[in-house]
Amino acid sequence: MTEVLFFVFAAVALGGSLGVVVSRSPVSSLLFIVATLASTAGIFVLLEAHFLAAIQIMVYAGAIMVLFLFVIMLLNLGHDYRGDIRGRVAMIFGFAVTGGMGGLLARQLGSGSAGLETNLGAGDAIDAALLEHGAVGAIAQPLFTDYVVAFELTGILLLVALVGALVLAKKAS
Amino acid sequence: MLAESLVLAGLIFVVGTLGVIVRRNVIIMFLCIELQLNAVNLTFVAFSRFVGIEGQLFVFFVMTVAAAEAAVGLAIIISIFRHYETVNVNRFDLLKW
Repeated sequence: MTEVLFFVFAAVALGGSLGVVVSRSPVSSLLFIVATLASTAGIFVLLEAHFLAAIQIMVYAGAIMVLFLFVIMLLNLGHDYRGDIRGRVAMIFGFAVTGGMGGLLARQLGSGSAGLETNLGAGDAIDAALLEHGAVGAIAQPLFTDYVVAFELTGILLLVALVGALVLAKKAS
Repeated sequence: MLAESLVLAGLIFVVGTLGVIVRRNVIIMFLCIELQLNAVNLTFVAFSRFVGIEGQLFVFFVMTVAAAEAAVGLAIIISIFRHYETVNVNRFDLLKW
Protein backbone atom coordinates (compact mmCIF):
# COMPACT_ATOMS: atom_id res chain seq x y z
CA MET A 1 0.00 0.00 0.00
CA THR A 2 2.75 2.43 1.00
CA GLU A 3 4.78 1.56 -2.08
CA VAL A 4 1.79 2.08 -4.38
CA LEU A 5 1.00 5.43 -2.76
CA PHE A 6 4.65 6.46 -3.06
CA PHE A 7 4.74 5.72 -6.77
CA VAL A 8 1.45 7.56 -7.36
CA PHE A 9 2.79 10.64 -5.53
CA ALA A 10 6.14 10.36 -7.31
CA ALA A 11 4.45 10.20 -10.72
CA VAL A 12 2.31 13.27 -9.95
CA ALA A 13 5.34 15.18 -8.61
CA LEU A 14 7.50 14.39 -11.64
CA GLY A 15 4.70 15.06 -14.13
CA GLY A 16 3.91 18.33 -12.40
CA SER A 17 7.51 19.46 -12.48
CA LEU A 18 7.71 18.68 -16.21
CA GLY A 19 4.48 20.62 -16.67
CA VAL A 20 6.03 23.66 -14.96
CA VAL A 21 8.84 23.70 -17.52
CA VAL A 22 6.81 23.06 -20.68
CA SER A 23 3.56 24.97 -20.13
CA ARG A 24 3.31 28.36 -21.83
CA SER A 25 1.08 30.29 -19.48
CA PRO A 26 2.54 31.26 -16.08
CA VAL A 27 -0.80 30.43 -14.44
CA SER A 28 -0.78 26.81 -15.60
CA SER A 29 2.89 26.57 -14.59
CA LEU A 30 1.83 27.69 -11.14
CA LEU A 31 -0.98 25.11 -10.94
CA PHE A 32 1.45 22.38 -11.99
CA ILE A 33 3.90 23.38 -9.26
CA VAL A 34 1.07 23.31 -6.71
CA ALA A 35 0.38 19.70 -7.75
CA THR A 36 4.09 18.90 -7.33
CA LEU A 37 4.24 20.50 -3.87
CA ALA A 38 1.07 18.73 -2.72
CA SER A 39 2.31 15.31 -3.81
CA THR A 40 5.69 16.02 -2.21
CA ALA A 41 3.74 16.66 1.01
CA GLY A 42 2.21 13.20 0.53
CA ILE A 43 5.70 11.72 0.26
CA PHE A 44 6.65 13.61 3.46
CA VAL A 45 3.78 11.83 5.23
CA LEU A 46 5.02 8.48 3.94
CA LEU A 47 8.48 9.38 5.32
CA GLU A 48 6.94 10.10 8.78
CA ALA A 49 7.38 13.90 8.60
CA HIS A 50 3.78 14.82 9.36
CA PHE A 51 4.34 18.37 10.62
CA LEU A 52 6.46 19.24 7.59
CA ALA A 53 3.75 17.85 5.30
CA ALA A 54 1.20 20.13 6.98
CA ILE A 55 3.33 23.27 6.66
CA GLN A 56 4.30 22.29 3.11
CA ILE A 57 0.60 22.39 2.19
CA MET A 58 -0.26 25.49 4.22
CA VAL A 59 2.83 27.67 3.81
CA TYR A 60 4.30 26.52 0.51
CA ALA A 61 1.36 25.42 -1.64
CA GLY A 62 -0.97 27.84 0.13
CA ALA A 63 0.76 31.10 1.00
CA ILE A 64 3.82 31.30 -1.23
CA MET A 65 2.08 30.05 -4.38
CA VAL A 66 -0.85 32.41 -3.78
CA LEU A 67 1.75 35.20 -3.54
CA PHE A 68 3.08 34.16 -6.96
CA LEU A 69 -0.45 34.03 -8.37
CA PHE A 70 -1.14 37.46 -6.90
CA VAL A 71 1.92 38.90 -8.68
CA ILE A 72 0.94 37.22 -11.98
CA MET A 73 -2.52 38.76 -11.71
CA LEU A 74 -1.09 42.14 -10.65
CA LEU A 75 1.22 42.28 -13.67
CA ASN A 76 -1.62 40.95 -15.89
CA LEU A 77 0.45 38.12 -17.36
CA GLY A 78 -2.30 35.51 -17.48
CA HIS A 79 -3.02 36.04 -21.19
CA ASP A 80 0.60 35.87 -22.35
CA TYR A 81 0.70 32.69 -24.42
CA ARG A 82 3.70 33.50 -26.57
CA GLY A 83 6.39 30.86 -26.34
CA ASP A 84 9.45 31.94 -24.41
CA ILE A 85 11.76 28.95 -24.83
CA ARG A 86 15.31 30.11 -25.46
CA GLY A 87 17.20 29.60 -28.73
CA ARG A 88 19.14 26.58 -29.93
CA VAL A 89 22.44 27.30 -28.13
CA ALA A 90 20.77 27.64 -24.74
CA MET A 91 18.69 24.51 -25.45
CA ILE A 92 21.83 22.48 -26.19
CA PHE A 93 23.54 23.95 -23.11
CA GLY A 94 20.53 23.21 -20.92
CA PHE A 95 20.17 19.62 -22.06
CA ALA A 96 23.94 19.10 -21.73
CA VAL A 97 23.91 20.38 -18.13
CA THR A 98 20.84 18.39 -17.15
CA GLY A 99 22.10 15.30 -18.96
CA GLY A 100 25.39 15.57 -17.11
CA MET A 101 23.60 15.95 -13.78
CA GLY A 102 21.30 13.02 -14.55
CA GLY A 103 24.25 10.90 -15.59
CA LEU A 104 26.15 11.67 -12.40
CA LEU A 105 23.03 10.85 -10.37
CA ALA A 106 22.51 7.52 -12.14
CA ARG A 107 26.17 6.61 -11.71
CA GLN A 108 26.17 7.49 -8.02
CA LEU A 109 22.97 5.57 -7.29
CA GLY A 110 24.11 2.63 -9.35
CA SER A 111 27.30 2.29 -7.33
CA GLY A 112 26.23 3.12 -3.78
CA SER A 113 22.52 2.56 -3.19
CA ALA A 114 22.98 -0.81 -1.51
CA GLY A 115 24.01 0.62 1.87
CA LEU A 116 21.24 3.21 2.00
CA GLU A 117 18.47 0.93 3.20
CA THR A 118 20.35 -0.13 6.33
CA ASN A 119 18.76 1.98 9.02
CA LEU A 120 21.17 3.03 11.76
CA GLY A 121 18.40 3.42 14.35
CA ALA A 122 17.77 7.07 13.46
CA GLY A 123 14.40 6.23 11.94
CA ASP A 124 13.42 4.28 15.04
CA ALA A 125 14.48 7.25 17.21
CA ILE A 126 12.23 9.55 15.14
CA ASP A 127 9.33 7.11 15.49
CA ALA A 128 9.85 6.99 19.25
CA ALA A 129 9.93 10.78 19.47
CA LEU A 130 6.73 10.96 17.40
CA LEU A 131 5.02 8.53 19.76
CA GLU A 132 6.24 10.36 22.86
CA HIS A 133 5.79 14.03 21.92
CA GLY A 134 3.39 13.92 18.96
CA ALA A 135 4.01 15.19 15.43
CA VAL A 136 4.60 18.84 16.43
CA GLY A 137 6.45 18.12 19.66
CA ALA A 138 9.01 15.88 17.96
CA ILE A 139 10.14 18.88 15.88
CA ALA A 140 9.60 21.52 18.56
CA GLN A 141 11.70 19.71 21.19
CA PRO A 142 15.07 20.15 19.38
CA LEU A 143 13.96 23.40 17.68
CA PHE A 144 13.47 25.26 20.97
CA THR A 145 16.43 23.72 22.81
CA ASP A 146 19.43 22.98 20.60
CA TYR A 147 18.56 25.23 17.65
CA VAL A 148 16.88 28.15 19.41
CA VAL A 149 19.50 30.68 18.21
CA ALA A 150 18.93 29.68 14.59
CA PHE A 151 15.19 29.92 15.17
CA GLU A 152 15.45 33.49 16.52
CA LEU A 153 17.75 34.47 13.64
CA THR A 154 15.07 33.16 11.27
CA GLY A 155 12.68 35.66 12.84
CA ILE A 156 15.14 38.50 12.13
CA LEU A 157 15.55 37.22 8.55
CA LEU A 158 11.78 37.34 8.02
CA LEU A 159 11.65 40.91 9.38
CA VAL A 160 14.46 41.99 7.03
CA ALA A 161 12.74 40.31 4.07
CA LEU A 162 9.46 42.02 4.95
CA VAL A 163 11.03 45.49 5.11
CA GLY A 164 13.13 44.82 2.00
CA ALA A 165 10.13 43.68 -0.04
CA LEU A 166 8.18 46.77 0.99
CA VAL A 167 11.04 49.11 0.07
CA LEU A 168 11.67 47.38 -3.27
CA ALA A 169 8.05 47.19 -4.39
CA LYS A 170 6.90 50.68 -3.45
CA LYS A 171 6.80 53.32 -6.16
CA ALA A 172 9.76 55.67 -6.31
CA SER A 173 8.52 59.05 -5.12
CA MET B 1 11.69 3.90 0.05
CA LEU B 2 14.73 6.05 0.86
CA ALA B 3 16.59 5.34 -2.37
CA GLU B 4 13.45 5.95 -4.46
CA SER B 5 12.90 9.29 -2.69
CA LEU B 6 16.46 10.34 -3.47
CA VAL B 7 16.03 9.39 -7.14
CA LEU B 8 12.78 11.36 -7.31
CA ALA B 9 14.40 14.40 -5.64
CA GLY B 10 17.30 14.25 -8.09
CA LEU B 11 14.95 14.05 -11.06
CA ILE B 12 12.86 17.01 -9.83
CA PHE B 13 16.04 19.03 -9.25
CA VAL B 14 17.27 18.26 -12.76
CA VAL B 15 13.93 19.27 -14.29
CA GLY B 16 14.03 22.51 -12.27
CA THR B 17 17.55 23.25 -13.53
CA LEU B 18 16.42 22.66 -17.10
CA GLY B 19 13.56 25.09 -16.58
CA VAL B 20 15.84 27.81 -15.21
CA ILE B 21 18.20 27.46 -18.17
CA VAL B 22 15.65 27.05 -20.96
CA ARG B 23 12.79 29.43 -20.10
CA ARG B 24 12.90 33.21 -20.51
CA ASN B 25 9.83 34.19 -18.50
CA VAL B 26 11.29 35.41 -15.22
CA ILE B 27 8.29 34.21 -13.16
CA ILE B 28 8.57 30.68 -14.53
CA MET B 29 12.34 30.74 -13.88
CA PHE B 30 11.54 31.71 -10.30
CA LEU B 31 8.99 28.88 -10.02
CA CYS B 32 11.67 26.46 -11.26
CA ILE B 33 13.99 27.69 -8.49
CA GLU B 34 11.20 26.88 -6.02
CA LEU B 35 11.04 23.43 -7.62
CA GLN B 36 14.75 22.95 -6.94
CA LEU B 37 14.33 24.04 -3.30
CA ASN B 38 11.49 21.55 -2.98
CA ALA B 39 13.67 18.75 -4.36
CA VAL B 40 16.36 19.56 -1.80
CA ASN B 41 13.70 19.53 0.94
CA LEU B 42 12.68 16.05 -0.17
CA THR B 43 16.31 14.94 0.05
CA PHE B 44 16.59 16.32 3.60
CA VAL B 45 13.42 14.54 4.72
CA ALA B 46 14.55 11.27 3.14
CA PHE B 47 17.93 11.49 4.87
CA SER B 48 16.30 12.35 8.20
CA ARG B 49 15.13 8.72 8.30
CA PHE B 50 18.82 7.82 8.12
CA VAL B 51 20.61 10.51 10.16
CA GLY B 52 18.10 11.93 12.65
CA ILE B 53 15.45 14.58 13.26
CA GLU B 54 17.89 17.38 12.29
CA GLY B 55 17.03 16.78 8.64
CA GLN B 56 13.44 17.78 9.29
CA LEU B 57 14.59 20.89 11.20
CA PHE B 58 16.68 21.90 8.21
CA VAL B 59 13.59 21.63 5.99
CA PHE B 60 11.79 23.94 8.41
CA PHE B 61 14.53 26.56 8.02
CA VAL B 62 14.71 26.08 4.24
CA MET B 63 10.96 26.76 4.00
CA THR B 64 11.36 29.97 5.99
CA VAL B 65 14.21 31.16 3.78
CA ALA B 66 12.17 30.21 0.69
CA ALA B 67 9.29 32.37 1.93
CA ALA B 68 11.64 35.33 2.49
CA GLU B 69 13.27 34.75 -0.90
CA ALA B 70 9.89 34.62 -2.67
CA ALA B 71 8.79 37.89 -1.07
CA VAL B 72 11.98 39.77 -1.97
CA GLY B 73 12.26 38.18 -5.43
CA LEU B 74 8.69 39.03 -6.37
CA ALA B 75 9.22 42.60 -5.15
CA ILE B 76 12.26 42.83 -7.45
CA ILE B 77 10.21 41.39 -10.34
CA ILE B 78 7.46 43.99 -9.78
CA SER B 79 10.02 46.78 -9.66
CA ILE B 80 11.73 45.57 -12.89
CA PHE B 81 8.35 45.15 -14.60
CA ARG B 82 7.48 48.77 -13.81
CA HIS B 83 10.62 49.85 -15.66
CA TYR B 84 10.63 47.52 -18.70
CA GLU B 85 6.91 46.54 -18.99
CA THR B 86 7.92 42.92 -19.70
CA VAL B 87 8.97 39.74 -17.89
CA ASN B 88 11.23 38.43 -20.65
CA VAL B 89 14.78 38.23 -19.26
CA ASN B 90 16.29 38.97 -22.70
CA ARG B 91 15.02 42.54 -22.39
CA PHE B 92 16.74 43.11 -19.03
CA ASP B 93 19.99 44.26 -20.66
CA LEU B 94 21.10 47.24 -18.59
CA LEU B 95 24.33 45.50 -17.49
CA LYS B 96 25.01 43.92 -20.90
CA TRP B 97 27.82 45.26 -23.12
